[in-house]
Amino acid sequence: MENILTINNLTKKFGYLTAVKDLSFTIQKGNVYGILGPNGSGKSTTLGIVLNVVNKTNGDFYWFDGNTNTHDALKKVGAIIERPNFYPYMTAEQNLKLVCKIKGVDTNKIKEKLEVVGLLDRKGSKFRTYSLGMKQRLAIASALLNDPEILILDEPTNGLDPQGIHQIRKIIKDIAANGTTILLASHLLDEVEKVCSHVVVLRKGEKLYSGRVDEMISSHGFFELKTEKHDELKTILEEDPKFGKIKVEDHLITAFLNEPMSSSDFNKLMFEKGIILSHLVKRKESLEEQFLQLTDNLN
Amino acid sequence: MIRLIQLELQKLWLNRTSKILIFVSFILPFTVLVLSSIKINFFGFFTLELGELGIFNFPIIWHITTFCASYFKFFFAIVVVSMIGNEYSSKTLKQNLIDGLSKEEFILSKFYTIVFFSLAATVLMGVATFCIGMYYSSYTEASIVFREVEFLLAYFVKLVGFFSLCLFFGMLLKRSAFALAFLFILYIVEWLVFWGAYEIFDSVDKAFQIKNFMPLESMYKLIDQPFQRVVMTKFPDKAELGYDYAVHFSEIAIVLGWIALFIFLSYRLLKKRDL
Repeated sequence: MENILTINNLTKKFGYLTAVKDLSFTIQKGNVYGILGPNGSGKSTTLGIVLNVVNKTNGDFYWFDGNTNTHDALKKVGAIIERPNFYPYMTAEQNLKLVCKIKGVDTNKIKEKLEVVGLLDRKGSKFRTYSLGMKQRLAIASALLNDPEILILDEPTNGLDPQGIHQIRKIIKDIAANGTTILLASHLLDEVEKVCSHVVVLRKGEKLYSGRVDEMISSHGFFELKTEKHDELKTILEEDPKFGKIKVEDHLITAFLNEPMSSSDFNKLMFEKGIILSHLVKRKESLEEQFLQLTDNLN
Repeated sequence: MIRLIQLELQKLWLNRTSKILIFVSFILPFTVLVLSSIKINFFGFFTLELGELGIFNFPIIWHITTFCASYFKFFFAIVVVSMIGNEYSSKTLKQNLIDGLSKEEFILSKFYTIVFFSLAATVLMGVATFCIGMYYSSYTEASIVFREVEFLLAYFVKLVGFFSLCLFFGMLLKRSAFALAFLFILYIVEWLVFWGAYEIFDSVDKAFQIKNFMPLESMYKLIDQPFQRVVMTKFPDKAELGYDYAVHFSEIAIVLGWIALFIFLSYRLLKKRDL
C-alpha cells in the first residue's frame, strides 16, 4: 500500500522535557487514523513537527515517497491544529482566497468547499464575527481546498457545543467516506472509535500501540448475564476455565472470555446446565476500556 | 516573487489600519512639499516664500526633499512591525506554514513587500521632486537637473534599511509595540556606543566614525542634513560651514550590509523557533 507519511525514531525535547520519544509509525493511504493519548502526551507536538512548525530534535520523517520537501508536500495536505487561525479582519471568502494563493490552487473550489461545511450564506462575513463552531467549520473548508491526499485534524471538536460536535463529526465521516486519508488526534475516545479504523496510542511521548482499532488488545469479548439462579451461575462460571475474570454488579454478571465462544453456544451450554438466562449480551471492550487497560498495564 | 508580493499585499490591503497608514506614509510627505511651496503671508507685514530661498533649485532640491520625506518613514514602519506582530498574535504565521508556505518564503514575502513600497515611495518622490523643481528652479538644464539624483538612491536604500530593521525587531519580539520601543532603545544604545568610543579614543571625530557603522546612524548618514548646505549657499565665503554632504558608496555599502544581516537573522530566528 502507498505510504503517505513515514516517521522514524522521531524525538523532540523542550529543554529537559521530552515531549516525543523515539516515535515511529507510518500512515497509509485510504485509512482513517486516530492518534490517542491523554493531554500532554505529545500528539500536537508530533503533528507540529510533520507540519513544519516545530523543529525536531532527532530522527526523521518524510511525506509520500520522500522525494518532495516538506513545504511542497504540505500543499497536498490539509491540516488544522488546535484552534482555527485566520485573519480576523478578512471575510471567509477572502481568507480562503489567501489559502488558495499559498497552496497554489485555483480559487474556484471556494464555493464548493464552503457548501460542504454549510457556510456558503455567510461567506461575506468577517472571520471575527464567526462563532467557534463556524470558525472550526471554516478551518475544515480551508483544509479541503486543495482536495488533500490526507486531512490532519487536531482536536477538531474541542470547545464546541453538542450540535457543533455533531456537525463536525458528520463532516469528517462524509470526507472519510469519500476515501480521503484522515489523521485525527484526540483525547476523546468515543470520537476516535466512531470514525477511525487504525490508532496510534501515545503516552508521555512514547508509542504504546499502533495498528487496527479492533486488534488493539487480544480479547475475545465478554458476556453480560442475568438470571434468577444468580449464585449458581456465578459458581459455574468461576469453575469453567473458558472464563477469566468474573465481575458482579447488583444482579448483572460480567464474564470475560479466555477463548472464543458464540452467544448461542453459551446459551445452549447454560440451558443444559439448567440455568435459564433472562439477559444475555455479548460485547467487546469499548476503545475506552481497551485504552485504559493498555495504559494501566504499564503503570 | 509576484505570488509572494500578492500574498502580502492582500494581507495589508484588507486591513483597514494598515491601509490608512500606507496612505498616510505616501501622502503626508507630499502635502508638506506642497505646503512649503506656497507663499505664507503674515498679515500683510511681509511674505515668506520658501521658493525664494532657493531650496527648490536643482540640484539641492533632491537633497532637501529626500531628507524631509524620510522622516515620514515611521508611518510605514508601524505597518511593518504590525504585519509581523499580527501574524504572531492571530497565529496565522503558523497556519501559513501549515498551508505550505516555507519559512524562507514567509520572510521573503515580507521583504519583497518592503522593497516594493520603498521603490514606490522613491519613484513617487522622484516624480514629485522633479515637477516641483521644474516649476521653481532657476536652472532647468538637464546636466544640472539630474546632478545629485543619487539622493534618490540613498533615499531608497535608507527606507529598505529602516524597514528591514523593523522587520527584524518584529520577528525578534513578536509584538509591534515592543518592536517600536526597541527602535528607541537602539537609538540610545548607539549614543552609548558613541560615548564609549569617545572615552576610549578621546576624539569626537573618531567616535562619530565608530557610530557611523551602527544601524540607525548609518541610515541617517546616507542623507546628511541639508540646512547647513542651504546656509552655505547664502554665505559662500564662510569656509568653516563647509561639510561633506555627498552620498558615498561606502555609506550605502554599510546599510546594504545591515539589510542583508537583518533579513538573514529574521530567517534564522524563524527557522529555529517552535511555533
